[in-house]
Amino acid sequence: MEHFAALLDALVYTRSRNAKLKLLADYLRETPDPDRGWALAALTDGLDFPAVKSSTIRNLLSERVDPVLYALSRDFVGDSAETASLLWPEPETAPDPPTVTEAVDALAHMTRASVMSELPKLLDRLDSDGRYALLKMATGAMRIGISSRLAKTAFAQAFGVTVEEVEEHWHGQTPPYQPLFGWAAHGEEAPSSEGIPLFRPFMLAHPLDETIVDMADYAAEWKWDGIRVQLVRAGDETRVYSRSGDDISGTFPEVAASLPFPAVLDGELLVRGSHQGGPENDKTQGGAASFNALQQRLGRKVVSKKMLADYPAFVRLYDALIVDGEDLRELPWEQRRQRLEALMPRLDPGDFDLSQVIEAKTLDDLAKIRERTRDDAIEGVMLKRRDSPYIAGRRTGLWYKWKRDPLLVDCVIMYAQRGNGRRSSFYSDYTFGCWDGDPDQGAELLPVGKAYSGITDEELKFLDKYVRQHTLNRFGPVRETERTLVLEIAFDSIHASKRHKSGVAMRFPRINRIRTDKPAHEADRIETLKGLIRD
Amino acid sequence: MARDFSWIRPEPWGIHVTPADCWIDPSRPVDRALVTHGHADHARGGHGETFATPETLAIMKLRYQTDEGAQATVYGETISLGGGVDATWLPAGHVLGSAQILLEHAGERIIVTGDYKRRPDPTCPPFQVTPCDVLITEATFGLPVFKHPPIEDEVAKLLKALADNPDRCVLVGAYALGKAQRLIAEVRRAGHHETIYLHGAMERMCRLYEEFGVDLGDLKLVSEAKKDAIAGHIVVCPPSALNDRWSRRLPEPITAMASGWMRVRQRARQRMVELPLVISDHADWDELTRTVEEVNPFETWITHGREEAMLRWCQLHQRRAKALALVGYEDEDD
Repeated sequence: MEHFAALLDALVYTRSRNAKLKLLADYLRETPDPDRGWALAALTDGLDFPAVKSSTIRNLLSERVDPVLYALSRDFVGDSAETASLLWPEPETAPDPPTVTEAVDALAHMTRASVMSELPKLLDRLDSDGRYALLKMATGAMRIGISSRLAKTAFAQAFGVTVEEVEEHWHGQTPPYQPLFGWAAHGEEAPSSEGIPLFRPFMLAHPLDETIVDMADYAAEWKWDGIRVQLVRAGDETRVYSRSGDDISGTFPEVAASLPFPAVLDGELLVRGSHQGGPENDKTQGGAASFNALQQRLGRKVVSKKMLADYPAFVRLYDALIVDGEDLRELPWEQRRQRLEALMPRLDPGDFDLSQVIEAKTLDDLAKIRERTRDDAIEGVMLKRRDSPYIAGRRTGLWYKWKRDPLLVDCVIMYAQRGNGRRSSFYSDYTFGCWDGDPDQGAELLPVGKAYSGITDEELKFLDKYVRQHTLNRFGPVRETERTLVLEIAFDSIHASKRHKSGVAMRFPRINRIRTDKPAHEADRIETLKGLIRD
Repeated sequence: MARDFSWIRPEPWGIHVTPADCWIDPSRPVDRALVTHGHADHARGGHGETFATPETLAIMKLRYQTDEGAQATVYGETISLGGGVDATWLPAGHVLGSAQILLEHAGERIIVTGDYKRRPDPTCPPFQVTPCDVLITEATFGLPVFKHPPIEDEVAKLLKALADNPDRCVLVGAYALGKAQRLIAEVRRAGHHETIYLHGAMERMCRLYEEFGVDLGDLKLVSEAKKDAIAGHIVVCPPSALNDRWSRRLPEPITAMASGWMRVRQRARQRMVELPLVISDHADWDELTRTVEEVNPFETWITHGREEAMLRWCQLHQRRAKALALVGYEDEDD
């Protein structure tokens, strides 16, 4: 438990992703089984101990500390587990910390009745950092920014295997993941995945940028603006996985219920509507709503009937990886596409349609078609090499994404905040605004977005200096600046938003150019931005 | 006779000793000031007369470039302030020159602790427990969550981080008066004799400590060193410089901060600190409550800090207590 507590603390104070990876990888390599497996589960919120609630902690403390002193302390510290770890009376005897496995065992055996007598026994064996780690683990509220992707990457780094392999073998495993460690650390046979709806890592695309491809070798498809999903049916279960490999079946139960045969399919999850697809596609494959509509459904644990009716989801299929137990991934794209087309009659057209292939003889033809995507509110086009197998990750030369050109507006920088890591001494996160009317008639700037990317190191230094020399006010880490500098902001799309005073929210805003040549009153107005909404 | 101790009167800007017309640690200029220690929120400039220890007066001279009206008071020596009030400066163990002030009038004894701690500190004499009728105590860390660990453990953490990262430096944010010198002295005591690099704002105070006989070993200014030379060394700066442009000239600094607030994780995260060092020059909860018990006054008055929790503790232990609302004391970087 001491090592786990030390790891947890180090992770709390570490901001750089690489440093977090190293800490995790070192721990996974150096810690014996099954402790490291339980620790991994705890860090990725994979453990649940129903007997321990945050009210349990409060009740335990009220037996040992004056409730007024507890409440004052809790207010100051801001976290019940941490407050309790600091206030817990130091035991008379030297700490005799349990292993992570012992702690997990003990916690798992606690009941609502026994927790009040059993949990103190564990706490009495630990120092304050250990108590913090134990209580965080017990209440399942780590919140230290360890995503499952980061954990898998660290696991791969620890044992010199690839993330793709880890992804493949991870799914279907339960804590403490003994077969997974057996495979990666001790060279044992990889865990079998038969009968389990496992996630297969997605094949991804490179940006096309300046690359020229011969359209004889490539097929083009629309890049739909939804979320990329993988549908996997095995045994009697279907799961919907997001791009990061998270199981989102619970959020889209109707999609999970729609696949009638064992298969692994790749597609775009969309909500029905008339927004994407344009007039031509309306007839051939039905329209889809904007990403904004889909967003109403994302991240929900419970889905109401109204949600299902108002925002019905379906999958627009791109690819077939496995069908009826046959692995198609080695086949060229063209053959997989034929197999996918042949599948369509077996699928309910209400739940699935096929992503259309765009007819374009040359890249110039495609460029013209792509220009139209602005109105169609599609993200752009995809180029897939006709002979490409389905390979996890981003392999050069096989698939390209050719996003539509970004929208550009001129905004005025209003606030700046310091960045993290390498940028921690620079003002590198900028909030910018547009005018809510005619600036010469007393209009005001309203914030429309925030960006921290798109600039070179030189531009970063310039902006940092600008912020420091033009500060009006300081609010903690934030500086309010004079309204004098115009930034050209690029973004993918813009949506109506009730949460923002300006009434708009941008997707993927980044800084395109610093417009020192442009006076602030010539920056764009909110009404211009609203004109770009295609919701 | 009712004991209302009305000869001493707390006001928002200081404590007034009425029969002698003096103010203790006033936050505005007055004719006669009695100063406990040299931190800027207690020792302001512009008073007619300033009574303080020679060390505190030297610190104030360094800061305000004048020692006009300075009246040196030596630890343990009693002086008469007039109006039947005697005053004695007693060691408080907070920083160089820090003192409690014992006031005696008409058979009553009142002690103003100023800031204090009970842990050993190689840069100043230890807090002296002295009986009195009213103890006016600070409460900066007056919550039971504050238990400062032994400083040896925190110094060991610092030296380990240094040894583990020979290509980097450890940049420690520490209050320029007191914390920085105590930290350096403790690092020396732990057997680390390498050059320690200083932010420019630290230099004069460190020299002053050395003039008063505190050996800080080999110190150099960051501005006079090459980036490569600093790798593998400790660098000390004021907390405000931790995430500032100044630190760009350092070789991949590990950001540390020496402060009692580092006991709380979110406080450390807010300061973007990677290596929190729980080192405080204030009394922690146990020291505060133990001091009240040992001094055992008739009444306890609580000044700046988390007064509510100390009041509650006094109530639970059947002790007469009240909170004074003094303004102008800052505790953010301690």
